[in-house]
Amino acid sequence: MTRNRSMKIASVAAFLAIVFIAVPAAISLSGRIDLYYTLTSVALLSIASAGVWLTFYIGRINIGQGAYALMGGYVSAILVMNHGWSFWPTIPVAGLLCAAASVLIGLPILRLRGVYFAMVTLTLTEVARLLALALPITNGAKGIVSIPLPGALSVFGLTIIPDFATLQNSRLAFYLLAVTLMVVCFAVMYRLVQSRIGKLCQSLQQNEELASSIGVNIAYLRVIAYAVSSFFGGVAGAIFAAISQSIYPSSFTVTDSVNFMLNCFLGGLGYVFGPMLGTLVLYFGWDLLFQTGRLQLLIYSGLMIVLMLVLPNGLLSLAETTRKKA
Amino acid sequence: MAEMLEVSGLSKRFGGLVAVNNVSFSVREKEILSVIGPNGAGKSTLFKLISSFLRPTSGEVRLKGERISGLAPHIAARRGVVRTFQETTIFKNMSVRDNVIIAHHLRSKANLFGFFLGTGTARADEAAFGASADEILALLGLASLANETARNLPHGHLRALGIAVGLATNPSILLLDEPFAGMNHEETMRMVALVRRLRDLGLTILLVEHDMPAVMKISDRIVVLNFGQKIAEGTPSDIQANDKVIEAYLGSEDEAIGL
Repeated sequence: MTRNRSMKIASVAAFLAIVFIAVPAAISLSGRIDLYYTLTSVALLSIASAGVWLTFYIGRINIGQGAYALMGGYVSAILVMNHGWSFWPTIPVAGLLCAAASVLIGLPILRLRGVYFAMVTLTLTEVARLLALALPITNGAKGIVSIPLPGALSVFGLTIIPDFATLQNSRLAFYLLAVTLMVVCFAVMYRLVQSRIGKLCQSLQQNEELASSIGVNIAYLRVIAYAVSSFFGGVAGAIFAAISQSIYPSSFTVTDSVNFMLNCFLGGLGYVFGPMLGTLVLYFGWDLLFQTGRLQLLIYSGLMIVLMLVLPNGLLSLAETTRKKA
Repeated sequence: MAEMLEVSGLSKRFGGLVAVNNVSFSVREKEILSVIGPNGAGKSTLFKLISSFLRPTSGEVRLKGERISGLAPHIAARRGVVRTFQETTIFKNMSVRDNVIIAHHLRSKANLFGFFLGTGTARADEAAFGASADEILALLGLASLANETARNLPHGHLRALGIAVGLATNPSILLLDEPFAGMNHEETMRMVALVRRLRDLGLTILLVEHDMPAVMKISDRIVVLNFGQKIAEGTPSDIQANDKVIEAYLGSEDEAIGL
C-alpha cells in the first residue's frame, strides 16, 4: 500500500518535472520555439477532452464540446474587448457561463441516451457556430480580432503574472499557463473519479434505473457532470482566444467536437488520463502524417480504425495488460 | 399490527388499456405480502406504481400515512420504499462489494462536495458503508465473492446481490420483483429462507411472484390480481380455497396454486 503510494507520488513528480522543466529546457536547447505553440494546443485541447471524458463516464457520448469551447472563447473576447476586463478573470467567468448554459441545455437533453444524445450534441456545435455568425455581439463572420495579450495579474499589489506583452517569450508564458491549467484540471478529474462521485458516475453509466432505485438523484448528477464538462470546454476556449488573439465562428467546428471525442477513445474511456495521452498522440500523429501529403487523411483514418479494433479500451489499456503479466 | 404501506384506489391506464384498475390493499409492518395473478394481470405495473417508477392515473400509495405515489423513484427510495429488479439488474462492471457500498448512498451524511474534498464526514461515511456492506454480504452468503466483478457471478448469486443492493439502502419496505424466477427447487428454498430471515430482522416485504408453491410457503397474506383488478386477498389457505382464484387460474390451476 505505502509502496503504491510512493510510486504514485514519484510518477506525479516525474510528470511535473517533465512538463515544467524538461520540455522548456529541451525546446530552448533545440531552438524549436514553434513546439511551444503545438504543446500549448495539446494542453488546452486535452482540457476540453477531459470534459468530454467526464460525460462518457456518466454514459453519454458527447460530440458537442466545440460549442462550449467556442462560447468560452467569445465570452472572454467580448469581456476583454467590449467591457475592458483584464484577461485573467475572464477564464473562470467563461467557464462558469458555459457551465450555466450547459445546465439549461442539459436539463432537457440529458434525458436522452446513446445515439440520440450524441446526435443532439453534434448539432449543438453547429448551432453555436450559426449563433456566432448571427448575433450582433459576436461580430458575425469577421469575428473578434486584435485581442490584446493578457495583462499583468497582481494580488494586493504583488505581481503574480507579468504582462504578456512585455515578455520576450510570450509563447513560453502561454505554454506554462496552459500546462498549469491542464495539471489542475486533471488533478480535479482524478480526485472526482477516485472519490465516491466517480462511483456514482459509474453507477449512472452502468444502470440508471438501478441507480435511481437506490436513491441516486440521477437527473441532478447528470447535470452536474455535464456542467463540469462544459466548464472545462469554456476555459480551454477562453485561453485559445487569448493565444490566437482572435475568435471566429469557425474557430471550433464539428470536426473539433469529433476530435475531442476521439481523443478520449484513443486514450481510453476507462482511464482519467486517457484524454491527455489521446490528445498528445492524435495531435502529433496528424502532424507527422503531414509529410504523406494527399494520403494524410486516408492513413490517419485507417490507423484510427485499426487502433479501435486492436485496442478497444484505448492506449492506456496496454499499460494495464503488461502490469497484469508482470 | 400497524400498517406500513397503503394502496388505495390505484389505477393505471395506458391509452385504452386499463392495466391496473382501482386496486386497494395494505401491507402491515413486518409481514410478507405477495401479489400473484396470471400473466398480464397487471402485477408488474402495480409493482412499478408502488416503487414510483410509474405515475398512477388515479389513486395513491401511502407509506406510514405519507403519500409517496407520483414522486421520483429516488425520492420514494429516500422515504423507504425500495425495489429490486426482475432480471439481473446490477452494476455489472463493479465488484460485488462496490455494488453494495454504492447502494449505501442514501445513508451518507456528506454531500457531493464533501466527497470531493474527502472531509471527515465523507471518510466516516466510507468506513461505515464498508463495514455495513461486509455485514450484508455475509448475511446473503456473498462474503467470499466480495471482490469478484459482478458480471461474473452465477445466476443465483446475482439475485442475492440484487437483494443486497436493496438492503443497503436501509428500506422500510423492500419490494421484490419475482425473486424466485428461473430458480430450481433448491435455490428457491434457500431464497425462501433468506426472505423469511429478512422479515425476522424487522423488514416489511412485498413481493410479486409466479412460483405458487414458494408463494404459498412464504406469504403471510396474498393479494390476487386478474385483468388489473383485485379478485381476492387473504392468507394462503384462504386463497387456495377461493373460487374466483381457482377460476382465474383455470386450466393448470390445481397444480399451480398447490392444491
